[in-house]
Amino acid sequence: MSTLPNSIDVRAAKERCLRFRRRILDISQQVSALHIGSAYSCTEIVDSIYHNFMRNPGSGPDTFLMSKGHGCMIQYVILEAMGVLSRADLNAYCTPGGRLGVHPDYGNPGIQAATGSLGHGLSMVVGMALAERTRKTGGIIYTVLSDGEVQEGSTWEATMMASSFGLSNIVAFVDNNDFQSLGRTSETHPSFYPLVEKYLAFGWEAVEVPGHDSAALFEAVMGRSGTKPLMVVARTTKGKGVSYMENVPMWHYRSPSKPEYEQAVRELEVAGQ
Amino acid sequence: MRNTFSEALYEAATANRDIYIVVADISPAGSMAKFSTQYPERFINVGVAEQSMIGICAGLALKGCQPFAYTIATFSLYRPFEMVRDDLCYQNLPVTVVGMGAGVIYSTLGGTHHTQEDIAIAGALPNMQIVAPCDPLECTEATRWCATQKNGPVYLRIGKAGEPVLTKDAEPWQFGKVRYLRRGSDICILTYGVITKMAMEIADRLQAQGKSVSVVSSHTMKPLDRAGITEALRNHRQVIVIEEHAPQGGLAAQTKQIAWDISAECRLDTFSLQDAFIHNYGSHDDLLAAHGLSPQRILQDLGNG
Repeated sequence: MSTLPNSIDVRAAKERCLRFRRRILDISQQVSALHIGSAYSCTEIVDSIYHNFMRNPGSGPDTFLMSKGHGCMIQYVILEAMGVLSRADLNAYCTPGGRLGVHPDYGNPGIQAATGSLGHGLSMVVGMALAERTRKTGGIIYTVLSDGEVQEGSTWEATMMASSFGLSNIVAFVDNNDFQSLGRTSETHPSFYPLVEKYLAFGWEAVEVPGHDSAALFEAVMGRSGTKPLMVVARTTKGKGVSYMENVPMWHYRSPSKPEYEQAVRELEVAGQ
Repeated sequence: MRNTFSEALYEAATANRDIYIVVADISPAGSMAKFSTQYPERFINVGVAEQSMIGICAGLALKGCQPFAYTIATFSLYRPFEMVRDDLCYQNLPVTVVGMGAGVIYSTLGGTHHTQEDIAIAGALPNMQIVAPCDPLECTEATRWCATQKNGPVYLRIGKAGEPVLTKDAEPWQFGKVRYLRRGSDICILTYGVITKMAMEIADRLQAQGKSVSVVSSHTMKPLDRAGITEALRNHRQVIVIEEHAPQGGLAAQTKQIAWDISAECRLDTFSLQDAFIHNYGSHDDLLAAHGLSPQRILQDLGNG
């Protein structure tokens, strides 16, 4: 971790995230549906992983696996900004000639695993972390889970595995936006919370932070002891950044109409001022 | 077979530091103790968590390792089925899923521990390869192959313990190719896996009646050796398929398909497990017999009793 900076440029992070949200918004006009609310929910988390946490993304020792595959539009636009994916790739999103679909597909540039079915990512992360540890590469595996995904039993198998195996090279985030397809998570599963205590009980280090605050995310990761896997429970807002999308389940998957698009563009521009 | 699997895997792991075994609270006997002692970081016991076992193997393979997942067949394939499909097959990773004690070998443990449909289920998955050795020697060959192949996932269907050696004098083992354990000219018995022992007994009885009998181990169940099976159908006047598997999607059904495709003229008889859960207990042979699979019953059905 010594190669990471002591602080981050919060203004630069904010500008990047606005730019990424805008790019996703533009792509939304090419297709009838994409998981826009899910991508906006974890924008700051994924941006932080690529820009503030991973050492030399793409060529460095660290890995990012997007366990909540349906949020991968944010990953696509970041990979585009990094030059890993091309503008043509993004423009061909979900079209017959393109190679990018709604969920990340292994084999595409910058994509470390095929996800989309929930509850698969964390076990693959555990396997990757075991490989890095055995090879003594120092590589850290970063991952983002959705709160809905954490309801999968397989996620808890992997949660137990990571701490039992002492995999201190795992840094995971729960994009805790309190929404799943049919409504609020807290109403679907009142016993789902509290989350931090559950991870602590499973032998993880765990903290809860405001998930759209890049500085808070940075502090959470920098503050880890490095002796256990870390779970950052990030309090987020589904559809964050566009008023009519925030906390409205319909925007899990819908694309904005033209007037909705224009309003969203204005809101993002105002936020950038 | 468990012991020879262990020995072969131990040898492979000694030669290749990327070989891992991920077990779910069940460990193969024999050399696995040496494996876990000498390479503890590559012997991973996930406990009773088979979904994670497969996901961990996928993660290891995504980092360039060559892992084996190991437990009783029903728990290595059925319990984590979606992980096998998505993590291994969809991503086409060189992970071997070992299904130990497949078929009805766990004869006293009941249906929850039987694997009657695994060839059909694994065979339906794109990219999946299936190898089902018939004896300890074939198990060694198959394990060595699994430890070095990079094609993609493999379902390695093995027995348990105490299987006799049947292939000592057979032609060399080759992935994807049927293997003649003996060659005759009248009748050909096509089979695979542990029940090959019964096929050999039946062949002996038919030979005692003056017939010239081939016995073929179709150890690679996917991709199936269509050319090899075609040749068997064309070169014998009668072909008999014997398998410890449901009638759907196994060797019997696929041999019939090939026979139809090539307009085979031979007589074709097939003997499979029943499409049923049979609530019987007893020895492995007792369970097979309850499914209608015994030398006496098969010979009788063939009109050679």
